[in-house]
Amino acid sequence: MRINCPYCGARGLEEFTYRGDATVKRPESIEESARDAWVDYVYLRDNPAGLHKELWHHGAGCHSWLEVTRNTVTHEITAVELAAKGR
Amino acid sequence: MRYSLASLITNALSGNRNWKPVWREPEPKPSYDVIIVGGGGHGLSTAHYLAKEHGITNVAVIEKSYIGSGNVGRNTTIVRSNYLLPGNEPFYEWSMKLWEGLEQDINYNAMVSQRGVLNVFHSDGQRDAFVRRGNAMRFYGADAELLDKEQVRALVPFVDFDNARFPVRGGLFQPRGGTVRHDAVAWGYGRSADSRGVDIIQNCAVTGFRIENGRIVGVETEKGFIGAKKVALAVAGSSSRVAQMAGLRLPIEAHVLQAFVTEGIKPLLDTVITFGAGHFYCSQSDKGGLVFGGDIDGYNTYAQRGNLPVVEDVAEGGMALIPAIGRLRILRSWGGLLDMSMDGSPIIDKTPVDGLYFNGGWCYGGFKATPASGWCYAHLIATGEPHPYAAAYRFDRFGSGRVIDEKGMGAQPNLH
Amino acid sequence: MAGNQINRLSGKGLVDHGKTVSFQFDGEAFSGHPGDTLASALLANGVRLVGRSFKYHRPRGILTAGSEEPNALVELRTGARREPNTRATTIELYDGLDATSQNRWPSLKLDVLSVNQLATPIFGAGFYYKTFMWPAAFWEKLYEPMIRRAAGLGYPSKLSDPDHYEKSNAFCDVLVIGSGAAGLSAALAAAKAGARVILCEEDFELGGRLLAESDEIDGKPAQEWARAAAAELESLPDCRIMRRTTVFGAYDGGVYGAVERVSDHLPVPPEHAPRQRLWRIVAKQSVVCAGGIERPILFGNNDRPGVMLAGAVRTYVNRFGVAPGRTAVVFADNHDALRTATDLAAAGVAVRAIVDPRPQASAAAEQVAGEAGALYIRGGIENVRGALGIKSVRVKDAQGGTKEFDCDLLATSGGWNPALNLTTHLGGKPAWDSALSCLVPGEDLPPGMQVAGAAAGQFSLQACLASGEAAGAEAAKHCGFSPSALRRPAPAQDRAPATPVWYVENSRGKAFVDFQNDVAVSDVKLAAREGFRVPDHVKRYTTLGMATDQGKTSNLNGAAILAEATGRYLGAVGSTTFRPPYTPVALGALAGHHRGKDFRPTRLAPSHRWAEEQGAVFVEVGAWMRALMYPKPGEAAQETVNREVSNTRTNVGVCDVSTLGKIDVQGPDAGELLNRVYINAFAKLPVGKARYGLMLREDGFAMDDGTTARLAEDHFYMTTTTANALKVSQHLEFCQQVLWPELDVQTVSATEQWAQYAVAGPKARKVIEALLDAGQDISNDAFPYMACGKFTVCGGTPARIFRLSFSGELAYEIGVPARYGDALIRAIIKAGAEHGIAPYGTEALGVMRIEKGHAAGPELNGQTTAHDLGLGKMASTKKDFIGRFMGEREALNEAGRAAMVGLKPLNPKTRIASGSHLVKRDAQATGANDEGYVTSMAYSPELETFIALAMLSNGPARMGEVVKVCDPLRGNETLAEVCSAHFVDPEGGRLRV
Repeated sequence: MRINCPYCGARGLEEFTYRGDATVKRPESIEESARDAWVDYVYLRDNPAGLHKELWHHGAGCHSWLEVTRNTVTHEITAVELAAKGR
Repeated sequence: MRYSLASLITNALSGNRNWKPVWREPEPKPSYDVIIVGGGGHGLSTAHYLAKEHGITNVAVIEKSYIGSGNVGRNTTIVRSNYLLPGNEPFYEWSMKLWEGLEQDINYNAMVSQRGVLNVFHSDGQRDAFVRRGNAMRFYGADAELLDKEQVRALVPFVDFDNARFPVRGGLFQPRGGTVRHDAVAWGYGRSADSRGVDIIQNCAVTGFRIENGRIVGVETEKGFIGAKKVALAVAGSSSRVAQMAGLRLPIEAHVLQAFVTEGIKPLLDTVITFGAGHFYCSQSDKGGLVFGGDIDGYNTYAQRGNLPVVEDVAEGGMALIPAIGRLRILRSWGGLLDMSMDGSPIIDKTPVDGLYFNGGWCYGGFKATPASGWCYAHLIATGEPHPYAAAYRFDRFGSGRVIDEKGMGAQPNLH
Repeated sequence: MAGNQINRLSGKGLVDHGKTVSFQFDGEAFSGHPGDTLASALLANGVRLVGRSFKYHRPRGILTAGSEEPNALVELRTGARREPNTRATTIELYDGLDATSQNRWPSLKLDVLSVNQLATPIFGAGFYYKTFMWPAAFWEKLYEPMIRRAAGLGYPSKLSDPDHYEKSNAFCDVLVIGSGAAGLSAALAAAKAGARVILCEEDFELGGRLLAESDEIDGKPAQEWARAAAAELESLPDCRIMRRTTVFGAYDGGVYGAVERVSDHLPVPPEHAPRQRLWRIVAKQSVVCAGGIERPILFGNNDRPGVMLAGAVRTYVNRFGVAPGRTAVVFADNHDALRTATDLAAAGVAVRAIVDPRPQASAAAEQVAGEAGALYIRGGIENVRGALGIKSVRVKDAQGGTKEFDCDLLATSGGWNPALNLTTHLGGKPAWDSALSCLVPGEDLPPGMQVAGAAAGQFSLQACLASGEAAGAEAAKHCGFSPSALRRPAPAQDRAPATPVWYVENSRGKAFVDFQNDVAVSDVKLAAREGFRVPDHVKRYTTLGMATDQGKTSNLNGAAILAEATGRYLGAVGSTTFRPPYTPVALGALAGHHRGKDFRPTRLAPSHRWAEEQGAVFVEVGAWMRALMYPKPGEAAQETVNREVSNTRTNVGVCDVSTLGKIDVQGPDAGELLNRVYINAFAKLPVGKARYGLMLREDGFAMDDGTTARLAEDHFYMTTTTANALKVSQHLEFCQQVLWPELDVQTVSATEQWAQYAVAGPKARKVIEALLDAGQDISNDAFPYMACGKFTVCGGTPARIFRLSFSGELAYEIGVPARYGDALIRAIIKAGAEHGIAPYGTEALGVMRIEKGHAAGPELNGQTTAHDLGLGKMASTKKDFIGRFMGEREALNEAGRAAMVGLKPLNPKTRIASGSHLVKRDAQATGANDEGYVTSMAYSPELETFIALAMLSNGPARMGEVVKVCDPLRGNETLAEVCSAHFVDPEGGRLRV
């Protein structure tokens, strides 16, 4: 697998580390009412068979966190963006 | 047909023409007491124990492909009960005990080979962690021995003791651990369940669940609707996909674990060995191939295949541990889908849907757990109560914080 | 002498008849020519018996002329270089080659275990599963050792592989795999269009089947055309030809794995040359021209030495100039194989008969037979005689009559299968071609892959040339090049329908499908009878296709028998999955140089050489080598550690802490970021101050700790544990880029940039003062505990000094740019000499931190919380931070949780081993009684007792209780008193002087 890093170009899998689902969002609230949202955020995943937005870290390159759109059945990568959008 | 020396000879004399199918190929009945979704090791062992231990035989095992086509036929065949945490060790030790009596129980030779599992360590810190683990094993009645470097050398003289980047300083050894002929586990349990009346329905994918008023009433399949009082999932790497059809979201990711076998060679390795400074574990099959694996590829996937970096990483670990294997050749590599849970430990539990049960999240531990998983799952399905050995394997542990995190890696599946 | 090459056809083939190389097989000396394989040279010398089969130990010869060979496996080379299971058909002959037959005892001709054949009625498919169960304990003791000894094939060397391996990367537009008619055409088309081309060929010669056939292309002998094509490719600037290179796997993203056998054709690799090289080839497009693999027709005793695939017979005759026999019978169901009779006759081999099992007589076959002087018989082979090499075959004709032919060669062909393995490695499924009666590449090819020639089911020479050229041009076009018009039109009709015959019914003896694994037609039928009805079940039950050839010559025949046995259409039966590698790949090649000391990189601290000079003993800490201790001559290890600790506590010691993770955090929001990652507050930390911090994972468990100093309003300098440096750095980047990109802050690892030393002990200030340039003040008032600042030392060298202490003594950590590290440690030692300074290693460091009750790796094990570590009170209640919410879950705050305490043995001389578990004083060592475990232990020279840190259930509330420390693993039990983890100077007075 090769990931087309916006800074570094297409690089081999061995340069990256994987974190997981990029769509989960850290809750803003730390009130008890946010309990379910926190458990969801930390533990529950859609884990789809198909397109998956996911976070990769280019540790052997520019150290960017990337949001990669990849098909979990074919491994085809259709989009790569910086996770820190708009910076 | 019971297997015995007499039946073997009788059949040999008649040119082996009278052997009967090991299992029937029935059409599904309109409904069952229990439908088990997934004809892998766990599904079939669950069916066996439901029938044998609980007398529940109006059961169907529904498999989308052929039985044993998933991880039970793709793993590296290692069985052991060398776990650390109280939530795990009694369960895996019970599994070990069931392995020890398996062949007599199911009248099928699954070649349970208690050749020992050796985990080598390379530092004082690693030794201390292994001591903690070995003592936990002894506390729960399992066997464990701490070996010094010379004792390790006596077991595996060809390990790199003299020129290693991370020298081997000793090992934790579980003599009762070993290997089991993986396919035979599926076939043996399947044959036993079938002989007790369980219907094994192959090539029949489940396409949906019928849920009425919060209660399961059956499954939609490629062969039509099949009614059921209880439905039990045991689909490993497909857990999220299947559970999603019942509206459930799981603390699980699907990952691929590659495995490898070399060409057959005369006996070299008499025990199971795992490397402590990299990702490599290995045993030699009775056929002669070195069977080994390493780490998961590390990204969510539903493809039963991996990529080259992990292949290289595993080979590097192998060469670092046993530099004599450089000229042995990898014959085949393959991949299986792991149901990697968020804390590295499994789930055997009810779901929010009445009558729908879940078994999954096995990470690397699925094969060795097969007997105990079936035993405890059957208990849960039959009695509605978790089996004491699996009492910790609950969904609510993530909310409460009672996680069972053997490696201390936190909520990231690919690190377990 | 032997080795007169009785079967060599003088002047024929591509071997160099002018040169002779000598070799040994089973200790006997033979000779061959450069250009031979071991197989061709053995055949030239009249050697037909080469090996023994896996299960029945049946005598076996040479079936093929390529990498699909299931029978002719040998142990190549000796000693540490012994390679079991090496295919004689791919071993390039070299002078002095030494090969030995395998899986036989005492000799190849007389093999005791061939008695297994007598038990074949019992040894049918799957018999293992039905027996060996009584009594249960006999499996490990008797049955399994017996099976293991009989199984396997060759003997592995148990010595370290002496050769080197390399890994390399290559990039191209078009990767062409295979150099037969299709591959050469594809490479030419793509390269001439301007594409960067890599052409890989597993053989040592380019040409594929062109080398083996007596074909003509454009009016020239095909071999000449291949030579010219190769020369043209060599002349093109962007075409790289890689011989002896097998592309073994297709991976995601256009990555292909290939292994180049750099030195396998030489007695030993030349100096500095690897034996093999792994290539990771990244290709925009690929063209698979891997050719085809011939399949046999199965009949009784079809495994006798002398039974050979027809195409292989032609290879030996035409390419190697060897007659694989003197008298031959051809048994085939296809037109292609008829050429075998023609070529054999032309080489002077007597062809007795062409036996054709097809229902209709073939006029073409009859004509070929006539020209070759052979009988044409419609029928099948009923039996083969000659255990160690065939002597005759019995043919049963269509009318039921039988005829015995004396012969020593039986050429057989059931048609060809495309070598389509690579097309399925990314999950694609092959498709059944009912006209060709074989599997062909399916629709779902890997992205960017084309298939041409026989691999695509285009079997005729014209079709190979045309499809290769078209695919090469197409591939170039996809890469943005404009290939010129195609030269070769696709042949109008290239799909001669096959009438395949898979096996001969009612032949005598076992008819083998998988030769190596001794799987017979009857085994497949038995499996089907027992309910194993899909190819994968049959494979796993019978071992069909699991041998070293992975079913290359057997899978389809097996599927055909299964289809018949289960009454299904063959095309609907499916196939097992083709998996990498295409042919077996040495583990050494996949590991490359990552073995021995080079398994992983070694990181050395800037003062490593200095430490070596002091006689330090080093220990691996992650990738680092750290000084464990600095023993003096004659000192026992414990004495060294005691001395280093005592000297630090009474005088002054120095320890290299450069390996700690160091992270620069800069920007206006630096304090805010730290506030969010640490449980305690940092935003208001004054400039010039450092603070201890603990960070959690989002699930509320402790992740790492360290001190972070504020060097300026917008500049923090964080330290992490050595083990977690990378993880923390990645975590900060995650927080900053993913969670809170709105924060104006940047982080960067500075671990490599700074050398850092802890100078600790009552006299530490004097040492630092001696290093400081004039006019700088580190008195207790000016530079109190937890102060930090920028200084210059040793005449202008910039330094950062932190008044931190891990040891519990008055201490400073002094950091300088890494290039000054070596000089600084020498300066420290010099400045400290008069104060009795001595270096201390990680062992003494560990003792002192245990004496102080500081948590480290064994306590920060990923399973403990801030509360468990006694640090719960540090957590801020005023802010959100990573792990705060989940850290408040019920189970993380239960009273009974194991929390950190100190332990003192009742007998001070008794060790409390780390990893021991704790139970109540009178309780038994059982799981139900387990109350915790010992994390760290040390001998405290100051307290003159062993001490330990432990995680104990409800520990802080149990001070003074005596607990039992259990180490059943080593048979030890001892009693210890629970105490505070702060063993030495609990008030911390020494820190602040």
